[in-house]
Amino acid sequence: MTKGPTTEITTTVLGADEIILNMGPQHPSTHGVLRVKLKLDGERVVDSECIIGYLHRGVEKIAEHRSYQQFAPYVDRMDYVAAVSNGLGYCEAVEKLLGTEAPPRAKVVRTILTELQRIASHLLWLGTHALDIGALTPVFYCFREREEILKIFEKYCGARLTTHAFRIGGLQYETYDGFEEDVKRFCNDFEHRVDEYETLLTENRIWVGRTKGVGIITAADAIALGVTGPVLRGSGVKWDLRKAMPYAAYDQYEFDIPTRPTGDTYDRYIVRMEEMRQSRRICLQAIENIPSGPILGKVGKVLKPPPGEVYHSIEAPKGELGYYIVSDGTTQPYRLRVRPPSFINLQAFRKMAEGALVADVVAIIGTIDIVLGEVDR
Amino acid sequence: MGHLIPSSIAPYVLPVVYAVVIVAVLPLLAGYIVLLERKVMADMQARLGPMRVGPHGLLQPIADAVKLLLKEDIIPANADKLMFWMAPLVSVTMALLAYAALPIGPAFQIADLNVGLLFILGISSLGIYGIVLGGWASNSHYSLLGALRSAAQLVSYETAAGLGLVSALLLAGSLSMKEIVQAQYDQGTWFIFSVPVGFFIYMVGSIAETNRAPFDLPEAESELVAGYMTEYSGFRWSLYFLAEYANMIIVAGIATTLFLGGWLRPFARWHDHFPGTSLEFFDVIPSLVFLAAAGYCFYLAPKQPVQIQKIVMAAFGAACLLLAGAMAAALFASPVVMAGIHGAFWFMAKVVAYLYAFLWFRFTFPRYRFDQLMRLGWRFLIPLALVNVIDVGVAIILRQELGWSPFWAMLLMTLVTLGIAMWLASEGSKPATTLQPADTEI
Repeated sequence: MTKGPTTEITTTVLGADEIILNMGPQHPSTHGVLRVKLKLDGERVVDSECIIGYLHRGVEKIAEHRSYQQFAPYVDRMDYVAAVSNGLGYCEAVEKLLGTEAPPRAKVVRTILTELQRIASHLLWLGTHALDIGALTPVFYCFREREEILKIFEKYCGARLTTHAFRIGGLQYETYDGFEEDVKRFCNDFEHRVDEYETLLTENRIWVGRTKGVGIITAADAIALGVTGPVLRGSGVKWDLRKAMPYAAYDQYEFDIPTRPTGDTYDRYIVRMEEMRQSRRICLQAIENIPSGPILGKVGKVLKPPPGEVYHSIEAPKGELGYYIVSDGTTQPYRLRVRPPSFINLQAFRKMAEGALVADVVAIIGTIDIVLGEVDR
Repeated sequence: MGHLIPSSIAPYVLPVVYAVVIVAVLPLLAGYIVLLERKVMADMQARLGPMRVGPHGLLQPIADAVKLLLKEDIIPANADKLMFWMAPLVSVTMALLAYAALPIGPAFQIADLNVGLLFILGISSLGIYGIVLGGWASNSHYSLLGALRSAAQLVSYETAAGLGLVSALLLAGSLSMKEIVQAQYDQGTWFIFSVPVGFFIYMVGSIAETNRAPFDLPEAESELVAGYMTEYSGFRWSLYFLAEYANMIIVAGIATTLFLGGWLRPFARWHDHFPGTSLEFFDVIPSLVFLAAAGYCFYLAPKQPVQIQKIVMAAFGAACLLLAGAMAAALFASPVVMAGIHGAFWFMAKVVAYLYAFLWFRFTFPRYRFDQLMRLGWRFLIPLALVNVIDVGVAIILRQELGWSPFWAMLLMTLVTLGIAMWLASEGSKPATTLQPADTEI
């Protein structure tokens, strides 16, 4: 084998060659432009390194040159498969900075749309994760249901993915006629759909073999690495910002936080499946009584928050999504910092991939559920 | 058909004609199996599949072939050019050569070798050289890993599949493909009913041999991009593709011949066992199948959106009608012609049914990991295949020496084999230790 530009061969003491394999930035299962540098002994991973930044757009810097309202659409482009959640985090952070709150009606509608977005995001994760592990069919079933959610978004605000659904201070649009029926119909159908996905995977011997005991991360390690969201809950830590520090209208609804003990890929799969059911439960409770009243609070057209700083975080589908904003009293943020869940969770990759096989690497990338738009910003 | 041609040249003419027919028809057949695969996949995944090229995508294989032939032929700069050029040829040649001994109907066989089965197995195993050489010559890590996986997988599963076949051979007592089918006729049962475990082992082994999901690790898209084919494109790539589908038809043909009664009609000897009743209406089924297909084509033809598609659809209907006519005409021809034509129909029908199962598995199961694949092969399938061979031997002794009826002998020994299979499976599901680097088998 000749020495190419991306090929290095080192010889170990035993005389076995370790090869360096570059997965990505263009590879079918790195979910975008992640590049993983693997040091392989045969098919076993000796060491790994994630190289990021191929999708860096300087979103945080852009924020310093836009007014607060102007920046709102940009956040949709970070986690582009969960744009609504990003928007919620940003709008609430700015509202906190202004010292206002959205009206109750807006809060409930925001909660419904955000939970639908969580289901959509998890469906995308499930489909692609299963596809990486070799199950070709679930992805189409998942996209079928995700399409229903995107249709609801489209009817509500005209966009499907980068929705810009919320405004600082509440909502711009009233819910459309038939919104409640659409959400209810989706929730009723969806109950059986989740069971359908589980029949394909949960007890499938090959699926269990491919995910059980793969990419284990202990609770202590997960906390030390700052991992949040389903990955943390899969390691047995019962931590969910919707319960711990309720925002929007989450304090009004009953739901459970699913956790699993061992922290392997299978447990994270079960946690996310259960989360979809809980999201459906929240949607059904919320849709039953949406309070009447205004949808947009009085925030004025020109936003000039008082000087100061604020950190606000929400439970996005992938984990804790935080916005840290410093205001100098002008119409533009002095500094805006995003704490993206995918970026922090990706740190756990190296720990999870220790001693794994090449085939496990794709399962581990899938189970962390990263979106590179959010990692690189 | 033999008596229609002078006997002096018959031995030379017919095999050449058959060989030409197979080489000409096989690429088309492979193309249509791909279309079938895409349509079946679409059906299972709640979508339509190819619909654009021709009515319901019926001309898609031809469009694909033309596209592949016209594509730029890329050889990577660092590749070993001679090997890179040769590897797909090796694969496709071996795949086609194996058809020489496959009996498609009692009359349609290029050469009835007395070691037919050994010949087919040996030749089709040689195809692995094409894969390994291609993976090596590409000078790419993905290709190399794919090729090595493929070699390890083929060696492991060939053993299991071969032992699965031995159980049927014990019953047939011959390696000639024709005589194996004849033995199933004489014994009045297809060997799938005599040795179901053997059939199961061969089925799993043959899926792994042809690199199909859930054993498609050599070309695992999500891990190795396209495995050994990563650096190939255009015509060379299509040769690999042709070899893969040709091999699928070969393994389906072997399974059909050994376990599913080859060209025999279902209930071929019904009237021998139950005189007075007759199931001769089975002979009409081939005609009816094509008639139904023709009817469906004619039903769909006016519904096509474009004039040309209406014509193409009607043409397909006419072709089906023609085949239905041929099948019906065969009923009134001499028994030899009738057996040849209907035999080919039943053989192909069984092959397609077997391939359908392949497709079904592919869209249902996730992919095995390499160590799991090896564990399944070496710790479950090969021991089970050995036990199965012994049990079939015992059943034959029970039948021949102690005078048991074949039914009870086979039933007893199959139950014994299944019991051992359950024990093996429970052994296999014990906690795996293969995650420790010390235990690596690769």
